[in-house]
Order: sequence, then structure tokens, then C-alpha cells
Amino acid sequence: MKQFFAFIKKEFLHVIRDSKTLLMLFGLPIVQIALFGFALSNEVKEVNLVVCNLSNETKATELIQKFDASGNFKVVQVIHDPNALDQWFKNGNIKMCLVIPAQFEKNAVRERKIDVQLIADSSDPNLATTLVNYGNQIVFDFQMKWFGQSTLPGINPEVHMMYNPSLKGTTNFVPGVISLIMMLICVLMTSVSIVKEKELGTMEVLLVSPFHPFFIIIAKAIPYFVLSLFNLSIIVFLSINLLDMPMEGSILLLFAESGLLILVCLSLGLLISNTTNSQQAAMLISLLGMLIPTLIFTGFLFPIENMPKPLQIISNIMPSKWYYIIVKDIMIKGLGIKYFWKETLILMGMAIFLLALSLKKFKIRL
Amino acid sequence: MQTVIHTENLCKAFGDFKAAYNISFEVYKGEIFGFLGANGAGKTTAMKMLCGLSIPSSGKATVAGFDVWTQTEEIKRNIGYMSQKFSLYEDLTVLENLKFFGGIYGMSRAEIKEKSQQLVHELGISQFANRLVKSIPLGWKQKLAFSVAIFHNPAIVFLDEPTGGVDPITRRQFWDLIYQAAARGITVFVTTHYMDEAEYCDRISMMVDGEIKALDTPENLKKQFGVETMDEVFYELARKAQRKGD
Ligand SMILES: Nc1ncnc2c1ncn2[C@@H]1O[C@H](COP(=O)(O)OP(=O)(O)OP(=O)(O)O)[C@@H](O)[C@H]1O
Ligand SMILES: [Mg+2]
Repeated sequence: MKQFFAFIKKEFLHVIRDSKTLLMLFGLPIVQIALFGFALSNEVKEVNLVVCNLSNETKATELIQKFDASGNFKVVQVIHDPNALDQWFKNGNIKMCLVIPAQFEKNAVRERKIDVQLIADSSDPNLATTLVNYGNQIVFDFQMKWFGQSTLPGINPEVHMMYNPSLKGTTNFVPGVISLIMMLICVLMTSVSIVKEKELGTMEVLLVSPFHPFFIIIAKAIPYFVLSLFNLSIIVFLSINLLDMPMEGSILLLFAESGLLILVCLSLGLLISNTTNSQQAAMLISLLGMLIPTLIFTGFLFPIENMPKPLQIISNIMPSKWYYIIVKDIMIKGLGIKYFWKETLILMGMAIFLLALSLKKFKIRL
Repeated sequence: MQTVIHTENLCKAFGDFKAAYNISFEVYKGEIFGFLGANGAGKTTAMKMLCGLSIPSSGKATVAGFDVWTQTEEIKRNIGYMSQKFSLYEDLTVLENLKFFGGIYGMSRAEIKEKSQQLVHELGISQFANRLVKSIPLGWKQKLAFSVAIFHNPAIVFLDEPTGGVDPITRRQFWDLIYQAAARGITVFVTTHYMDEAEYCDRISMMVDGEIKALDTPENLKKQFGVETMDEVFYELARKAQRKGD
């Protein structure tokens, strides 16, 4: 036990004295959060909208005001001639148009259901889908207010909108960024710290000592485990306070699940450290080997459901995919473990498998 | 005389390549045993097998009475090792290094503290004690690495080219430390390129292309080859070598 503490203390000293590690540990999350949270956010604000109002009833004007006040759209003009629409789109000044048909209010009162048309410029299909979703949401809210619960359902109920009513990009990005940072930092730090000892020759000295190799690994893992949790606290704090990320569920549960992912990542780092003796190579493998699959297969940049089947299957081996689902469930939906015990079990399985494999592969004799 | 290292036809092959072949020798308690050979002769390979860092391909060996095949744990408790690559942590201070290595050998905190102070005093390095290792001169690093290797008072210490890259005076000082350790009963197993260092050893073995070609005291070897210096002995043997150093 004494040996153990000596080791852990030494490992912390390494981290504290290495400005590169420190920078990575604290700089990376901040940069990532800023980059993904602000710059890459797919939030839509004040998009130009033209309304073609063929009804001229009071409720129609109210609806137009709703769109204008939503913050997502800016009504640039209200026109009354549908033939002019074509020109508006061709000029490229607007991305969407709301068409309110004649007799809008009268029909609505009779059918207890609003009937409007949204026309979107689909040259950018992603944006078009998002805009239509926003528009639908506004119309749906309007209808709810008007007719109350007795309204007929059926307006395009996209699942993610339910938990993300403001359709904020951040809520999707932040859990993704958390997964990404955890994957990168944990894998990188462990693999580099072990390979560094091999490169410098101190690993030999450790292996010649009576300190059991198994404990070398555990003692290496503990400081990085703690640091990763610390890192997570920074990210969570930043995303809640800076990016208005909701925190509906239990923070304790979030940390417990994160601990699981960190365990998986530490084992991955350990595996990588077995394959190479150079710090540079370890860094490259960890960064490239983790960054790209994590970006592609976690699901926060590209929806996995839209991928070809083979890629969907591949995505299942990415621990971050499962973690991403869990984080979203906890932070956004405020759900408990009984909603994602399956994902948790998968992560646990991965952790046990990878840890066993990396312990077995760790070269006790060089 | 008590035998502390005993090897018999010890071999290590990497694929088809025999890095060390049929190594047989004995080392006695308290002696300074020199392990000589050109670059790539197989010195490090042989030493690693004895330290339990690499598994022999075939042959027998015991270190401090323990078998290298089955009792590496016991061996590790009884040896110290200074690797050919530098083996201290450069980003820790001198005292932190001592504390760490004492710690992983299970020494108590009080013992570490007392021995560290004693060591710093004996080596006369109190001005370096709280400096990072990377900032102290190479000669001092080597002396320190040696002191760390024998910090836990092992029966045998293995030194792999401990004095590479320093001037003869610093080397001489280093050897004073080796003599002190030997006088305390620690057996010293040391590899080197320097023939002046060979003269300091009680007995030496000469390795050529993975095999031991000569083994005796420096005096006897010089007699055997009919030459005046160890340099010439080395030259006689090494020029027959096929292997190019790497
Ligand atoms: N892990 C390995 N795999 C393959 N070949 C190896 C390995 N380790 C050493 N060798 C080869 O075995 C031979 C002996 O190497 P070794 O390091 O034992 O030499 P050495 O006598 O210590 O040389 P030096 O004086 O340069 O340290 C060299 O040719 C080396 O290339
Ligand atoms: Mg060598």
C-alpha cells in the first residue's frame, strides 16, 4: 500500500510539472466547449421568412406575429400574391415561406385544426429540415393555445423536439463534446504516460522492482482517473453556466456513468501503449485513432440512424456512442438508470473486456 | 566462495537471431564482475535475462539463489538495476526520486528520510537535493542513479554501461562508489566499453557476437593473450566479430 501511494504521488508530480499535460487537461475542454458549443452550434436564429397571407383574418396576423417573435425567424415581408414567391426564393434572400390559405380562421374553427403550408429551400436539406421543425413547433404551440387540449394531434412530432423544445443546438452538442473530450484525454494521457516511461527507460527500472506490474498499471490509472473526473467537472460546469445546458438528472449518476467511460478509455490507452515504444506514435494513434471514429460514430455530428447499415453496426463498438445516449438522458431528459441500464451494461462489458485484455497484454517482460 | 550468479548455456534468440548464445559463468559474492563486449555483442540482452526483464530462450540461471525461470519475484527483491537508458525521473527532484524508489521497494518513510539525508551528505550534493534531476550535471545524475539502484541494499546490483559519456575523472569517482558498495558486500555486475574500467574489475568476461570468448582476471587475460593492456586483449577478440554494432 505504501508502494502504491509513492507511485500515485509521483504520477501526480509528473502531471503538475508538465505544462503540456496541464494545458491539454485544462485547455482542451475549454477550447472544445467554445468551439463546438458556440461556433458549431446548429442553432437557428432570425432566419429570413416571407409570409404569403391569403386570409387577412385576425388569427392569421396573430400567427405571423408568433413567428416573428419566436427569435428563430424574422418576417421580412408579408405578401398576398403566391406567384411572387418563386422570385423570393430565387433571389436567395429567404430560406422559408409560410403560406396562410384563404378562410384560414374559419376552416380552423370548424376542424379545430390549423392548416398552413411551410415551404423551405431544400438546397441545404439539413437546414431545411431544421427550419420546418421550428416552424411546425410554432404552429403547434399556436394551435394548442387556441384550442387547448382538444386539438387534434399529428403535427410532425419529432422525438428530439420533445426534450429540446427550444431546439437548441447546444443540448445536442455538449453531451457529444463531453464524450469526445473524455475519449481523447483519457486515452491520450494513459498511453503517453506509459510509453514515456518505456522511452526514457524508467519502465525497466519499475519492472525490475518488486512492485508488481499489475499494480504499476493500477497506480498509473488512478491519477488519470481522478484527473479525468476533475476535467469532467470543468466541462459540466462550463456547459451549464456558459452554454445554458440543462442538468435535469442526477449529477452523481452522471459522474458514475462517466467513471465507467473513463475506465474504458484508460484500458484503451493501456492497449495502445503496448503497441508502441515512442511517445509520438502513441500520441498519434490515440488522437487519430480516437478522434475520427468518435466524431463520426458518436452520433452528435451525424445522426447514426441516417447511416448505411454497415456503419450503424460499426458504431456499436464505440463506447462514446452509448455514453452519449446516457449523458443526454441524464442531462436533458433527467431520466434515471432504469431507462439506460442497457447502455450502462454495454459500457460495463466493454470496460471489463478491455481492462482484462490490456492487463493480459501488458508486457511484464520486455 | 559463495556463488551469487550462476548461468549455464543461457540463450536468447529474437526470431532466428541469437542475441546471446550459450552463456555460462559464475559470479561470486562481493566481487566486481565486468561484462565486456562491443556494441551489439549481447551484454544488455544477457543482463536483462538475469534481472527477470526478459525470458531466456533456453538454458539455466540462478540469481541470488533464485531461478530466473520460476522465481523472478524473489530475484527482484534481491537486486538493484541501473539501466543503460537513463533511469531516474528527470521531472522529479533528487529527494523525490529517492523517496519514490525507496517507496516502491517498500522502505518505511523514516528509513527513506534517514538514508536520503545520509546519501546527500556522503555524495556532497546538498546543493542539488531539491533541484529537478534534469538540471543537474550528467556525472551527478549517474552517481545518483547508482545510489538509487543500491538504496534498498540489494545483494547484487546490475549496472548497464553506467558511465557512458562522462570524462575519466568523473568515471573514476563513479568507480569509487562502486568500490564502496562492494566493500559493503554488494556484488557488482557491470557492463562497459571502457577498457580502463575493465582494469578496475575483479574478473571480466569478454563477449563477442553473443558468446563469451574469454573470462578471467584482467592480469590472467593479459598473460593469456601475451599483451600489455586490456585494450589489446579486447582488440584481439573483437576484431573477429561479425556483428556490426547498432
Ligand atoms: N527486442 C529485440 N528484438 C530483436 N533484436 C534485438 C532485441 N534486443 C536486442 N536485439 C539485438 O540483439 C543484439 C544484442 O543487443 P544488446 O542490446 O544485448 O547489445 P549490447 O551488447 O548491450 O550492445 P550495446 O553496447 O550497444 O548496448 C543486437 O544486435 C540487437 O540489435
Ligand atoms: Mg547494451
